[in-house]
Amino acid sequence: MSATTQSPTAVGSRTPSKAQRLLGDRRLPVAATALLFLVMYGVGLGRYQYYGFDEPQVFLNLFIDNSYLLVAAVGVTFVILSGGIDLSVGSVIGFTTMLTAWLVEREGLPLLVVIPIVLAVGAFGGFLMGYVIHNFEIQPFIVTLAGLFLFRGLCLVISKESISISDSAVSSMAEAQVSLGMGFLSVGAVVSLVVLAVAFYVLHYTRFGRRVYAIGGNEQSALLMGLPQGGTKIAVYTVSGFCSALAGLLFTLYIQSGDPLHATGMELDAIAAVVIGGTLLTGGSGYVVGTLFGVLVLGLIKSIIQFEGTLSSWWTKIATGVLLCAFILVQRVMTARKKT
Amino acid sequence: MSTNSRWRALTHHHLFWPVAVLVFLLLVNVPFTPDFFSVKMTGGHLYGSLVSIVLFGSPLILVAVGMTVVIATGGIDLSVGAVVAITGALACSYISHQADQNALSGVLLAMGLGLLAAVVCGLWNGFLVARMGIQPIIATLIIMVAGRGVAQLITNGQIITINSDPYKLIGGGYWLTLPFSIFVVAVVVAVTVALTRRTALGLLIEAVGGNAEASRLVGIRSRRIKIMVYVFCALCAAVAGLMISSNTSAADGNNAGLWIELDAILAVVIGGTSLLGGRFSIGGTVVGALVIQTLTTTIYTIGVPTQTNLVFKAAVVIVVCLLQSPKFRAKVFGAKFGARFGAKGGAKPAVAETDTAASTDAAPKMEVS
Repeated sequence: MSATTQSPTAVGSRTPSKAQRLLGDRRLPVAATALLFLVMYGVGLGRYQYYGFDEPQVFLNLFIDNSYLLVAAVGVTFVILSGGIDLSVGSVIGFTTMLTAWLVEREGLPLLVVIPIVLAVGAFGGFLMGYVIHNFEIQPFIVTLAGLFLFRGLCLVISKESISISDSAVSSMAEAQVSLGMGFLSVGAVVSLVVLAVAFYVLHYTRFGRRVYAIGGNEQSALLMGLPQGGTKIAVYTVSGFCSALAGLLFTLYIQSGDPLHATGMELDAIAAVVIGGTLLTGGSGYVVGTLFGVLVLGLIKSIIQFEGTLSSWWTKIATGVLLCAFILVQRVMTARKKT
Repeated sequence: MSTNSRWRALTHHHLFWPVAVLVFLLLVNVPFTPDFFSVKMTGGHLYGSLVSIVLFGSPLILVAVGMTVVIATGGIDLSVGAVVAITGALACSYISHQADQNALSGVLLAMGLGLLAAVVCGLWNGFLVARMGIQPIIATLIIMVAGRGVAQLITNGQIITINSDPYKLIGGGYWLTLPFSIFVVAVVVAVTVALTRRTALGLLIEAVGGNAEASRLVGIRSRRIKIMVYVFCALCAAVAGLMISSNTSAADGNNAGLWIELDAILAVVIGGTSLLGGRFSIGGTVVGALVIQTLTTTIYTIGVPTQTNLVFKAAVVIVVCLLQSPKFRAKVFGAKFGARFGAKGGAKPAVAETDTAASTDAAPKMEVS
């Protein structure tokens, strides 16, 4: 708690040893994740350098292939920072792909009209969940679980079969590339990085961001301080719904189809990325930049498994679980140390 | 006067609402399938909608009973779906490697292996929650994510099909004219109820759920109890996993028990167990699981397209949670509830009124969304 506030003045009164101060630093988990990413990347370079792992495009592909996960994880970061949880992310993504595909293909609406509609639907869904969570004091876990069922069900109501998108606007947008000299990024990757930057600004430089941290840190204190707790909570879930819908759009661009089973279980990937990125699940502590590294680590696991060739896809799940476990235990040790 | 008080006692019983929902759902079926309640005897086996509801609902009942005990200690177990998959995968892959798949010893060993794996998972969850003090949602998330990978690793990513008569008995066989799984469920439920309500165990579990620290100071070994409930929950999930894989004679690491944790939590909530812990009702959970299964069956029989199943479920979760939320009741039924507690003579009409209000409130919502 005190690590950030007391550093200039407290040196004289009670000098904690350097190691202690380092362990108490909130940025440590993010640094650890970044280090892990670098080590993994280095190992990948050593192992597969003759297979083209050292090409810059392989690195950029991490952003391209995980753009939707990054956007979804940013939304989840807001929710987890505020001390809640959102299980509906994967379903909202699936629903968005379905709705977009249906509106574009079956109803013939232009993509530019569809995008705002879809984003509004996602944000409204998040708003509804936040409203119920705040006003009726039902646990976020259960409310967003209902959201998970609802949106997955609505996918199936639209169509049981997958709808492939052949609209020229969608495919030209999906194939558009932003050249960076040494490689290129897709539109989705650029959008996801913009979302990350906006989230960074909002969380660290605006009043709303401080409220999110305050409520996550201690809801009771935030209430006693007179912070508009209800509005913030609802806003946090609205942000998450909006981000999920945006992630759904990016996913649609990436896959160019809508399927009722798209992104099943992606809420777990998003939560895992946030946790690996060093955000405390109890809320109030963490950085959205950590989420970026969490997503990159998960993405890197996938590409290493691709490069390995002999490993099967389920190793991704096992590796994710092991990493999740390691980071949760590290978090636990750190918070225990801070209390004493 | 006496009927009045008896009626009040009935509506205030903790099982009243779950049972009312169940009866309502069952009655909805009658106009669509007139012989819904009839049970026929064909070839020495009992057939009928009611029998199949219990048969197909039995894995869910098992998982939900385990989940109830975990939730009673203030925890939650998300890993049950993965445990279902692991157990089925282990048992089926062991049997498929046997020379004689019908050998009883091999089948028993396979089941033992599956149960052992579940105990390990449960111990791990319990260790993380009780010893390391990690939030239960997160601690069990680890096995939920990694477990499915392990299950696919065991089955090599394929669906293992087996052909074993003794193994088929657990999930698809018949005994004394009834599906065998019904007996398994009955035994598990009876043992659980006996252990928690005839011994002090139930009280201890509720004490831990009410306040773990206080119960430890009183002298309850709260950590040990927490570990125990996670092991029990994993064991229940393992039996359910054996049942599911035996019913289909196949193990599917990817899809077996998918989302069963969510259904189980839903069943527990419908059954009236508070997610905050501290009190629980096994009976309510069984009814809750039956409600979910009946809902699924009803959707099939009344000819609603099956894909709306999930939307219905979502609507039910929302309605049930809203009805359980004290704040919602105070806001919506505030005046009526006041009248009910104020005027004692007119209790019955007031209750009937809220009853219809609740059901009409529920009905259009289910259709709209």
